[in-house]
Amino acid sequence: MTITADDGTSDAPASGGSTVRRPRGDAQELLFPAREQYLEVVGNLHDEGFETCADLCAVDYLTHPGRRLPEGVVPQRFEVVVNLLSLSQVRRVRIRVQVPADDPVLATLFDVYPGTEAMEREAYDLVGVVFEGHPDMTRILLPEDWEGHPLRKDYGVGRVPVQFKGAPGPR
Amino acid sequence: MSDATTTDPGDAVPHTDTVLPDPVSGVSYEEPSDTGTERGLLIETSEGAQELFPRDRTAPDELRREAGAVLRLPEGVVVNADDIDVEQTDDETMIINMGPQHPSTHGVLRLMMELDGETVLRTKPIIGYLHTGMEKTAEELTYVQGSTNVTRMDYLSPLHNELVLSLAVEALLGIEMPARSDWIRMLLVELNRMSSHLMWMATNGMDHASTSMMIYGFREREMILAFFEKTTGLRMNHNFIRPGGTAADLPDGWEDDVSIICDTVLPRLDEYDELLTGQPVFRQRSEGIGNLSAEEALALSLTGPLLRSTGVAWDLRRTMPYLRYDEVEFDVIVGTFGDNFDRYSIRLNEIRESIRIVRQVIEKMPAGDYRVQDKKVTPPPRGRIDESMEALIHHFKVFTEGFKVPEGEVYVAIESPRGELGCYLVSDGGPKPYRMHIRGPSFVNLQGMPVMMRGGLLADAVVVCSSIDPVMGEVDR
Repeated sequence: MTITADDGTSDAPASGGSTVRRPRGDAQELLFPAREQYLEVVGNLHDEGFETCADLCAVDYLTHPGRRLPEGVVPQRFEVVVNLLSLSQVRRVRIRVQVPADDPVLATLFDVYPGTEAMEREAYDLVGVVFEGHPDMTRILLPEDWEGHPLRKDYGVGRVPVQFKGAPGPR
Repeated sequence: MSDATTTDPGDAVPHTDTVLPDPVSGVSYEEPSDTGTERGLLIETSEGAQELFPRDRTAPDELRREAGAVLRLPEGVVVNADDIDVEQTDDETMIINMGPQHPSTHGVLRLMMELDGETVLRTKPIIGYLHTGMEKTAEELTYVQGSTNVTRMDYLSPLHNELVLSLAVEALLGIEMPARSDWIRMLLVELNRMSSHLMWMATNGMDHASTSMMIYGFREREMILAFFEKTTGLRMNHNFIRPGGTAADLPDGWEDDVSIICDTVLPRLDEYDELLTGQPVFRQRSEGIGNLSAEEALALSLTGPLLRSTGVAWDLRRTMPYLRYDEVEFDVIVGTFGDNFDRYSIRLNEIRESIRIVRQVIEKMPAGDYRVQDKKVTPPPRGRIDESMEALIHHFKVFTEGFKVPEGEVYVAIESPRGELGCYLVSDGGPKPYRMHIRGPSFVNLQGMPVMMRGGLLADAVVVCSSIDPVMGEVDR
């Protein structure tokens, strides 16, 4: 089930009663596909003229479960956010997919947008969402033997000692 | 011979015909049953005896990963496993490392290159040497402090980083910005684009063995940095553009300073033309090197001069205007061939366009506030603190606790000198970002490197790397 929603920020009342000056052509369109339909939805958008994938990142909503979501979307711990860009239509669309904590796996967009290769690796490295079918699902920013995924909310700052082998750490 | 098709790796017993799932992709492949006879490949290593399968028994998925992804092929697509010649030995090609300490990789970038003689076949950029967890740090800093953090990402265009964060926060706050703050931001950002491109001209000249260009580029950039120091107090990492406006107004006489910069840099660009553009050695080393097609650039999400060099007129300042870019006149510079020379020309001419914009900003700069007059967002001026208790409280609150940003999420993108610089900001209604993600143009543009280097010479690898213009601080964040 794909749920389209208006941007939550656009209806926010502007302070002082003045109108908010939004960048032209930059209205924020949102899509909430189910995990099973994610690849299909993105593939359709690609065929509709979204030539490039501008950005892909993952968010851990562990400590903020009550976020605003349209009706019918069951909030999960992880969310993968994909920003597609259409140069021909001068249009952006943002796709937010819910990914459960006990099975943080999502299909890769590599076959549709090869440019997501590094972005998906980054999302895997820092948040720990595994992209199934990705040709090289390895860490990209952190060392290969790093434990944990730092952008998860249960990964405390300063909890893991700085990686100097042999040095006594807090753990 | 059983036809067991268990998918649990723990159940896979050797010497039975089982289907072993690939641990990464989950794709299963058939293990032949007569393993007992073929499995004689015992190799003594320093770790003891190692049992090796013959090469043709490597799983297709593994093979594909080895051939097409770890060292990326130019098309950016997964290789068909049938096309990989398993008989071919690696003796004819050589894999060498370049970096991370190599001076011409523009920072701590490591390149793994497969060479056939002097020809580069496949390349893999290896990054992460400068990763300092800035996105995690951003979650611990308030929105007021946030710009000190992001300004250190792309250290050659710090004001762009500050701008994109500020625009994202302001979009969530839903505040209307005063006109003057928009124009001040545009002035600074365009000057920063000039300084960043001049710095690129300098280092690119050096990569082409033109040390004169290096000195000239730094000389011109220094003028702009001196103006930044006068305005913001710092040459780099300014923390000047903040959510809600700028930290201060422009200094007295800024029009003269900026005019002098424009009047000096513009004729010197013509000197660069004489030094490099028309020079046969430079042209031979840059024309037809590092070719890129528009399809490849779009598929690999490349933006900025890389995308424009292929003939796609995509500049966010023109196509999705932010600030007041729709009120100034400028041209989007587009290339034709997608080679290094096009990218050089684009950057050189973008300095000219930036000068054009800056001159229009001087003319059109309106009077008014340089920051939004919203007590919850902007700290009161110093003078008010002495006379008003309320002002003191607001000042204290803004700097200790920060201001609260309504719950929501937003993606804002601007055109940085390197391409689309995006900020995805999630707020849970508190004074700190719940999640801040920066879409760094250098990070994404590095993916174009294997494509551009394929089939070129090793000597051109340095030049191709330079023409991508990666800033490792932004790549690794």
